[in-house]
Amino acid sequence: MKLVIINYGSGNLHSVNKAFEVVNNNLENPYEIIVTNTPSEILNADKLVLPGVGAFQDCKNAIHKIDGLFDSLEQVVIGEKKAFMGICVGMQLLAEKSLEFGECEGFGWIPGEVIKIEAPADYKIPHMGWNEVTFRNHELLNNISQNTDFYFVHSYYFRTQKNDNCIATTKYPNPITAAVLKENIFGTQFHPEKSHNNGKQIIANFLEWEPS
Amino acid sequence: MLKKRIIPCLDVDRGRVVKGVNFVDLIDAGDPVEQAKIYNSEGADELCFLDITASSDDRETLFEVVKKTAENCFIPLTVGGGVRTIDDISRLLHHGADKVSINTAAVENIDLVAKAAKKYGSSTIVIAVDAKKNGDKGWNIFTHGGRKPTDIDALEYCIEVANLGAGEILLTSMDRDGTKIGFDNDLLSTVSSSIDIPVIASGGVGNLEHFVEGVLKGGASALLAASIFHFGEYSIKDVKTYLAEQNIAVRI
Repeated sequence: MKLVIINYGSGNLHSVNKAFEVVNNNLENPYEIIVTNTPSEILNADKLVLPGVGAFQDCKNAIHKIDGLFDSLEQVVIGEKKAFMGICVGMQLLAEKSLEFGECEGFGWIPGEVIKIEAPADYKIPHMGWNEVTFRNHELLNNISQNTDFYFVHSYYFRTQKNDNCIATTKYPNPITAAVLKENIFGTQFHPEKSHNNGKQIIANFLEWEPS
Repeated sequence: MLKKRIIPCLDVDRGRVVKGVNFVDLIDAGDPVEQAKIYNSEGADELCFLDITASSDDRETLFEVVKKTAENCFIPLTVGGGVRTIDDISRLLHHGADKVSINTAAVENIDLVAKAAKKYGSSTIVIAVDAKKNGDKGWNIFTHGGRKPTDIDALEYCIEVANLGAGEILLTSMDRDGTKIGFDNDLLSTVSSSIDIPVIASGGVGNLEHFVEGVLKGGASALLAASIFHFGEYSIKDVKTYLAEQNIAVRI
């Protein structure tokens, strides 16, 4: 079984890769982890991870700059329904569009848009640090207690069109989407790779997940 | 609720942890990777390395330390000291740093802040500011590890770098650093109330009450300390337990 971590030059690629390696090594049947941007390897993936930090548009441009990358991703995730996990901007990219630095189209895999966090003046932006997450029960959140802290760093968030697609939220002080889910597509706004043991648990859950 | 972050800082010279009193009289306090692992398991919210190695020849040692730490600690790691170019930032991130802190180079070349924030995202770029009281005229910043004075006003500078895309400010009081008499809460609150991005308090913490004051009086989003943790006076857990008792939200 192959787990592909998409390499398009994202700043958190190394951290994501390390965290997945450590969790994967504890599995009975570990995946072969491949860090790549080559379409032929992406087409052979059983599971995929898309990291991402920085500006929405920069990430999107970086992906589209690599020949065949997006098309191969779309074929495996939308066409073949392989399990997919986006992290931070890698999750925001799933939206139809983002309003960061003007309007920019996303993948459009989950209905909704990425908008600026609206918070009272005494709330610092970016929303940076550990914040509590509440969620709907799902196997991707197995062995996590309600109100567990995860590490966030972002100024924009994914407002999903359908409540169904938002499976976890945090508060700052208004509700902010913390995780999205649609069929085989999962995404977290927080950084599991930086959220210590609970983050590793999310990664373990994703590695065990078999979307129906 | 968003938690106030407790960040142990390790000053690293040629791969070893040191901590100075007022930036001199360095005392060896151990292996950075081992220290980082302890802090990670004790519940530190982030880790910070400040490389004070003078010679650039010894830079590779730091990369090794960053790499090993990132392989063992799954919490955010900020690395600063000697960061001068986009390439320096890129190499640190590549070795496993999550954020990079820039001090002197940002003062000498303010364009670097915007460039770095655009390339790696604001959340990756921490601007470190060493500030010293300038009579009753506010605070001026110092560069080169606190050795070189400037006539730049600390508040104006912080506002400028925030506008250019810095993700947070690591604000060290030169007057308080190593004194253990508490953070400079006037400096902290002056800066914190003037900018939208988070401010990390640094310099002067000596007891548990000082951490509380940094939040309540200084308005800090995060609290950084070095020697108080290294020499075992207080553990991360002691600090968090005390803050929680004072109704300050922390991650326990």
